Amino acid sequence: MKLVFALLSGILFCSAIVPKQDDELAKSIERGKMVYSENCITCHMGTGEGVTATFPPLAKADYLMNTPEAAIRAVKFGLAGKIKVNGVDYDNMMPNPGIDNDEIADVLNYIMNSWGNSSDKKMITEKMVEEVKEKK
Amino acid sequence: MNQNIPLLKKYLPLALGGIMLSASIGLMSTIGVTADKRHDKKAFSEANLKVDTVATGLTMPWASALLPNGDLLVTERGGKLRLVKDGKLDPQEISGIPEVLYKGQGGLLDIALHPDYKTNGWIYISYSSPKKAGEEGDDGGANTALMRAKLKDHALTDIQQLFKAIPNVKANVHYGGRIVFDKKGYVFLSLGERGQKENSQSLAKDQGKVVRLHEDGKIPADNPFVKTEGARPEIWTYGHRNPQGLIINPTTGVIWEHEHGPQGGDELNIIEKGKNYGWPLITFGIDYDNSIISKDTARAGLEQPVAYWKPSIAPCGITFLSNDKYKEWKGDLLVGSLKFAYLQHLTVKGNKVTKREIIFDKIGRVRDVRMATDGNVYVVLESSGKVVRISPKS
Repeated sequence: MKLVFALLSGILFCSAIVPKQDDELAKSIERGKMVYSENCITCHMGTGEGVTATFPPLAKADYLMNTPEAAIRAVKFGLAGKIKVNGVDYDNMMPNPGIDNDEIADVLNYIMNSWGNSSDKKMITEKMVEEVKEKK
Repeated sequence: MNQNIPLLKKYLPLALGGIMLSASIGLMSTIGVTADKRHDKKAFSEANLKVDTVATGLTMPWASALLPNGDLLVTERGGKLRLVKDGKLDPQEISGIPEVLYKGQGGLLDIALHPDYKTNGWIYISYSSPKKAGEEGDDGGANTALMRAKLKDHALTDIQQLFKAIPNVKANVHYGGRIVFDKKGYVFLSLGERGQKENSQSLAKDQGKVVRLHEDGKIPADNPFVKTEGARPEIWTYGHRNPQGLIINPTTGVIWEHEHGPQGGDELNIIEKGKNYGWPLITFGIDYDNSIISKDTARAGLEQPVAYWKPSIAPCGITFLSNDKYKEWKGDLLVGSLKFAYLQHLTVKGNKVTKREIIFDKIGRVRDVRMATDGNVYVVLESSGKVVRISPKS
């Protein structure tokens, strides 16, 4: 009985101090994991390491973490041509994976909070994805 | 020093033997290389082939079909069927394509002309078909369907829905979708497992199967599971993951298939009536999250691949070079790679592959490879929105 009480109050305490967005971020990350394994994992690999000089890494990748907008654009429209990631040149083509804006937000939240990446509790939202336009 | 002498005595024969062994291996391999070089001098190679662009400006093209008048039909995964005339993409799309689910790997997929197209005009098309009322499966789900129609100017006419894979599944992946004719009155369609690997082994579902139909969509009475209780009668083979290459060897009539496997487990198979190709009970690959799918690569009653790709190349599109102008390559296979954006030339001896080599490195993400009736190979490049023609230099 004491244990149940301690557990309950513990849960209550945690849910009170964890803000709502963290909860939403956690859910988005969870959904994003599925999106990642369906659309990204074959090239960027299971722990985001990519394939050096062929498919850029996502784990601790400066390109991704420093310019989230560029990351959103890449997932939304695909990416072609030269980019530099962590000092290595990549000149390849990433197809547009053809997923909805909410799924793009989820997968980026997953990527930006996995394998040593952290978005510092900042969350990519569907609205942010919607606002990113293709570069012509 | 004294202590070293017995050691030397002990190991001298071994060392000498080792030196002799490596020397002879060296000698043998030198002989091998010279022989190869001599052979290569006159042999047909990538250098004997040229690449011409026949269409540009396509959006996510998936497959092509060359019409007898030289026009090219190209499917765009977004749901459009396009016509290429005299090397120019006709801005007007062809009407009559049904509703397709363009999401993830889904959309408008393969296109194939009936072997007697000149007399009957039938064009076969596969696509990701969203769930309709009354169909089995997930709401908002989809699965692969097959239709046929005739082309009149810019319209499909006489549209017939021939087949829809069951159940509908709400996932973005693994639609398969290749169409092939055996010229004996049957059409084959490859189906992916839609991300539900265990259903590849279920004969009650069309996921992870190759199905065989009469050309009008009826189910042949001699299909292997017609009399099996609870089994879907259209099934020809099962235990596939995501087969996106299907071709009949024109000289032997044998069906070859390749499928996207897990990490390190893409397979090339020979398709035979009623057989089980093992996914996910056996595989040479591991899951993309690095987990083990099966510790077995072989098991009794499950077919072995002719070859497998480690690392995975994401094979897409396959064709036999069944024309004399390919000289020593005649009878060999070309396979496309989506992942590494090249073609592979596979040397074929009977039902075996004896050699694999990369050709046309960096050509682009290859979605479709097929030798058309003009004896040239048409390659569909997904990301650059192009179709190129590979033919021997004259």
